[in-house]
Order: sequence, then structure tokens, then C-alpha cells
Amino acid sequence: MNSLIVATLLLILIGFAYQVGWSRSRQVAPAGGRLHSRPNYHGARVAIWALVPALLILGLWAFFSDAASRAFVMAQLPSDVRAMGGSELAQALSRIEQIATGFGVVGEPAPYESAAGQALREFRNLAFALVVAAAAGTGALGLYLARRRIAPRLRARDEVERVVRYLLIACSVVAILTTIGIVASLLTEALRFFTFVSPIDFFFGTVWNPRFSTVGAGTGEYGLLPLLWGTVMIASIAMLVSLPIGLMTAVYLTQYARPNIRNAVKPVVEVLAGIPTIVYGFFALVTVGPFLAGIGDLVGLDIRATSALTAGIVMGIMIIPFISSLSDDIIRQVPRAMRDGSLGLGATQSETIRRVILPAALPGIVGAFLLAVSRAIGETMIVVLAAGNSPYLRLNPGEPVSTVTVTIVNQLTGDTDFASPQSLVAFALGLTLFLMTLILNVVALFIVRRYREQYE
Amino acid sequence: MNNEHAEVMEMHMPTEKIVGQTDLYSIKSSTVRTPDAMPRPIRVKAREVNVFYGSKQALFDVSIDVPERAVTAFIGPSGCGKSTFLRCFNRMNDTIEGSKVTGRIELDGADIYDGSIDVVELRARIGMVFQKPNPFPKSIYENVAYGPRIHGLASAKGDLDRIVETSLQKAGLWNEVKDRLHEPGTGLSGGQQQRLCIARAIAVSPEVILMDEPCSALDPIATAKVEELIDELRENYTIVIVTHSMQQAARVSQRTAMFHLGYLVEEGPTDKMFTNPEEKRTQDYITGRFG
Ligand SMILES: Nc1ncnc2c1ncn2[C@@H]1O[C@H](COP(=O)(O)OP(=O)(O)OP(=O)(O)O)[C@@H](O)[C@H]1O
Ligand SMILES: [Mg+2]
Repeated sequence: MNSLIVATLLLILIGFAYQVGWSRSRQVAPAGGRLHSRPNYHGARVAIWALVPALLILGLWAFFSDAASRAFVMAQLPSDVRAMGGSELAQALSRIEQIATGFGVVGEPAPYESAAGQALREFRNLAFALVVAAAAGTGALGLYLARRRIAPRLRARDEVERVVRYLLIACSVVAILTTIGIVASLLTEALRFFTFVSPIDFFFGTVWNPRFSTVGAGTGEYGLLPLLWGTVMIASIAMLVSLPIGLMTAVYLTQYARPNIRNAVKPVVEVLAGIPTIVYGFFALVTVGPFLAGIGDLVGLDIRATSALTAGIVMGIMIIPFISSLSDDIIRQVPRAMRDGSLGLGATQSETIRRVILPAALPGIVGAFLLAVSRAIGETMIVVLAAGNSPYLRLNPGEPVSTVTVTIVNQLTGDTDFASPQSLVAFALGLTLFLMTLILNVVALFIVRRYREQYE
Repeated sequence: MNNEHAEVMEMHMPTEKIVGQTDLYSIKSSTVRTPDAMPRPIRVKAREVNVFYGSKQALFDVSIDVPERAVTAFIGPSGCGKSTFLRCFNRMNDTIEGSKVTGRIELDGADIYDGSIDVVELRARIGMVFQKPNPFPKSIYENVAYGPRIHGLASAKGDLDRIVETSLQKAGLWNEVKDRLHEPGTGLSGGQQQRLCIARAIAVSPEVILMDEPCSALDPIATAKVEELIDELRENYTIVIVTHSMQQAARVSQRTAMFHLGYLVEEGPTDKMFTNPEEKRTQDYITGRFG
């Protein structure tokens, strides 16, 4: 409600300021002469000058309001309640908060609670009104000052462009900061984990048996290798399935298919990408797994229904459209002149594809491949359902395995207190995954740079 | 349409060169060593060729004879179908969606559009050089070795080296690149790239070489080199060249064919075409007074 009011007010402010700047610039324009910037830049400039101070005030309030309310409530509380401290005080505060917002509380509120709740509500309303007024006031001031400076030679365009640039920088900084924040939190939590278990035992241990945290002090064994092995095996199987099929699909669609076939086939392939992974997992569990097990019986191999093979094959199917549409774009960027040059020398179509088009597209294809690998490594749902969740080092892909992602899910579901190694290990595992994809991306970049075959 | 022609003329024909026809002739006789008066056997024979792109007809009943070991030039305003006709000779039109060719084109008496003709073999016999240099993104060596490799022309590594060297020599590029054979072909200058493409075409020992405006992306010096090269290649190959430059046609070709709006207007010995054409349209086009 409140935010709706604020948003409306801000919009009105922007619109009004823009109008003011726009019409003022028209007024000051010398007869026959020219403004340095067109009126819409003047309008935008005034709008910015009105908006920024108002936003600053609102932002400050958003930042400090919680602390202010808390201080206010504390002042309202009887001293004995205040003296309680700890979780009881916290509970009292949250009850008052609920009364103030009108949610109501369990049981009969104590008189001091309802009084404080009432006072808090009034305090909030007043504060809100004040803040909105202050924002509007500074906005108006900004508007006024900005309007006063409007002159024919004022470089409003440059100012606006500069603000746009800062805005864009700010947006990219958000993305960067988020990444840094995630990595930092992964790192600190992982470091906490490593106070329980030594990194050597974690990274080189061959046994995964974390026990349950409820069992007590026994910390269990946290060997990463079985999980890593499961991840690598499933991802490899997935790539073995998806790379050839995806690439050949792309080659067919770009080089052989007539336009009408292409237009029919491409969307169908891309539908595969839209299927939720949980559905793939389901499909693996009920269809592919039993099917593979049946085939195994026929040829005398022992293949389990939930196994690395099942999960890998289904994951490969999921990745096919990813590879095929990326490669499709990349192959189509190879200039037609390359193709004609080769055909003109008497090369067949498949020779042309193998010797000219694919090599020219190779860096891009390698990039697509590595992206797909990152995706396979991070994929969770299919593996949860179809890989069997069995964290042992086994060479046979027909046996069940477990992966890093599945284990993270296992360690974080149920009751977790984030102080025991049982749940903290999830961060170490997450860090491992992150490092793997990071390395893959770096390698991809390196390969792309190193082997880029240039064409115009 | 007419504006377009005027533009083309402007671009390729500085006026002082075209006004006096004797001037043109003197350019020609200075670069072409022997005026080609001798009648030569016919290598490629086209009869009533029509080409359609979808429902649009681009060429109408074109018939022409291409003599052996001589340069035949195709001239004519932009969009008149020169490239289209050239591409019929090695069936590159097959690679264009929706194109259709009717009529008869013979190479040494055999119809190249006959079902029994192997397109791969045909294109090995009739090489092509494109308007824009299009070296593969491979090393210089690999560019030239590409054709011999796919056609299995070299059984040993030494053979391949020899083919690469002689092809580059014939293309007049050997001295410039012999120390950098394993650097990318795309790193060469435009003119060098075009000569590399010519070397690449020569490497499969074609009998006929088709060139579609081979110099249009090159500066005058590179153009002069390529023209000189064409003149030398004439001794061993049958060459068909499309060009927008009248001087180029006059300098390098022995026969010239003039196209307009999909029709062959006139065709004959270059000397005669440039000094005494039969058709008014040819005269106008050559002197830059088209339309
Ligand atoms: N791939 C194609 N699809 C459809 N129409 C085409 C295609 N290529 C050429 N044409 C048409 O055929 C006609 C002849 O084109 P062509 O390229 O043979 O002309 P040109 O004489 O080589 O012209 P320029 O001197 O500009 O290269 C033109 O009208 C052109 O629009
Ligand atoms: Mg052309």
C-alpha cells in the first residue's frame, strides 16, 4: 500500500519535472537561435535532478527505518521487559510488531504489548508521512534548482548521457557484487566446514558417509571423490549422447534441410529445451531406467534401473537442443564464401562440412560444448530421481551413483542447523562445483582464443 | 536501372580512357603478347541456356562457344546475369536454393548437366575463383593442399609439397610466401589472398578456370599482378572471366561476350568487340554511353 503510494508520487514527480524542464527550455530558446540540447534532454535532466534527491531520502529511510522503529519500541517497553533480554525480549518485540501490523497474536496480548503496538503503528504512520513530505520537498527543490539553470547553452544532453552511463555501470556492478557475495559466502562457510574436516580428507577421501547430525558428535567421513566420480561419469555420458546428436542435428538443419523442413524441425527440437528437468527425471525413472535394465538382461549385462547410465542418457537428451541451437547459430555464421570456395574445388558437401565449416566453427562449438558440460555438472533433478543416490566409487556405469548436486540436496533437506559439518559440507560441495564450472569456462575461453581460425 | 549503369561505368572506367578506342587498343597490345588471331578448338559449348531463380528468369537462351587456351571475358551492366551464366559452367547454381537450369552445356562434347556426370569431378576440371578472396581459415599450405587432398592427387607428402609449390609459383605468390607457408592464409593482403585462391584453384589441375570479377576487391597494383597472371595462365588453361572493367577485358581477353538483361547481346574477338562492335548496345556500353 505504502509502496504503491510512493511509486505513484514518484511517477507524478518525474512526469511533472520532465514537463517543466521541457517547456522551460522552449521558453529560453533564443528566437531563431538554437538550444545546445533538444528540449527532451532538458526535460530528462530536470526529472533526474528531481528524482535523485527524493530517492535518496526514501532510500535512507528504508535503510534506517527498522533500527528507528526498534529504538522507539524499546523506549515504550516497561523496564522489566526490557531487562529480560535474549530470546524473550525478541519474542515480545515480534509480538508487538504483529500487533502493530494488525496480524494479531496468539493468546491475549499483555496491556503493555497492545499499548506499544498501538504506539508503534502511530509512529510508523507519522514517520512515513514525514519521509514522503521530505522526499517531495527535496524533489521539488531539486526540480527548482535544475529549472533555474536551464539556458540555451546548457549541456543538458551531456548531463543526461552521463547519468545514463552511471546507471548502466551501477547495473553491471550489481551483477558483479552478487557474484562476489555468493562466492564470499560459499568461501566463508566452506572454511567453517574445513575446521571440522581437513581439506585433504575432503578432497582426496574415497568414502562418503556423513552420518546424521542427530546421532551426535560422530562426524562421519566426507570424501569428495565418490561424488565427483559420479558427477564426472554422468556428465561424460550425457556429453557422449548430446554432442554427436546435437552437432549433427545442427549440421543437418543448416546444411542439408530445405527451408520448410528446417522451419518445422527446429522448433520441435527446441521444445525439448522447454521441458522441466523434473519431467525428464520422471521419464528416466519410469521409462528409460526399466528399458535399459531390460536391454541389460537381454545381452547379459547387469544394468540397474537407476544408474549413472540412465541419468546420463536422459541428461544427454535434455542437452541436445542446447548444443544443437548453439551450434546452429555458430555454423550459420561461417560465411557462405567458405562453403562455395570448397564446393567450387570439387569437394562434396560432407567434405566441405568436415574440412571447412566445422573447423571454422570449432572455437564456437567448443565453447558451446563446455557450456553444456557446466550445465550437465550442475544438473540436479534428473540425477536425484534417476541416478540411485549411492555414493560409492564404482567404475561400472550400470550401477547407481551419487553426484555432488544430489548430495547437496540431501545434506540440506530436513532439519539443518548450519553449525554441524553435516550441513556445512554443502557449502564445500557448492564451492567445488563452482570451481569446476569456473575452470571449464576459463579453459573454454583459452581454447577459443588459441584456436580461433579467423575468417572475415 | 540506368542510374545503376551509369554508376558502374563511373566506377570502373575513367572517362579519358574510354573515349578514344584506339587508346584502349594500345593498352591491350602492350600487355597481351600475341594478338590471338589463330582459331582455337572449342572447349565449352553452351546452347540455349536458360536459368531461373524460383519463377524469375535470369538468363534467356544464351549460346556461346568458349575456345581452348584463351581468355573469354563476360561484360555487361550489373545484374545482367554474367555471374549466373558463369556459375552454370561448374554447376555452382546447384547449390542455390530454387535455381533451375535448362539447355545444354558441353565440356569437350559431354553434357555437364547429364545425370551421368559427377559434379565433384566436373568441379575438379572446371575451377573457380570468386569475386571476394575467400581463403579458408587455414594455413597457406593447407589452402593450396586442400583440393589435391580431397581428390587424392598426391600419394606421398613430397608430391603434395611439390603441387603446393608449383601452384604457388604459377600463381606468382611463391616468392612472397615461401617462408611463411604455415601461417594463416587470411593473414595475407587482399591481392595476395586472391592469388592464393587462384593457386588453390590451379592445384587441382583444372582445364577451365572461371573467374568472377577476380579483381574487384583489389587495388590497381594487385589488379595488375592478377591480370599478368591471367595472361600467363592462358598458355595452359581455358579461362572465363567476368569483369566490370572495360580496360581489363581489353587487356586480358581474346574473346568478349556482352550481356544485357539476361540476354547475350553480342560475342566475338575482343579486338573487334572493342573497335567495331555490331550492336549499338555494345558500342554504347563499351564507351560508357549506356542507355
Ligand atoms: N541467388 C539468387 N536468387 C535469386 N535471384 C538471383 C540470385 N542470384 C542472382 N539473382 C538474380 O539474377 C539476375 C542476374 O544476377 P547475376 O548475379 O548473375 O548478375 P551479374 O551480371 O553477375 O551482376 P553483377 O555485375 O552485379 O555481379 C539478377 O537479377 C539477380 O537479382
Ligand atoms: Mg556478378
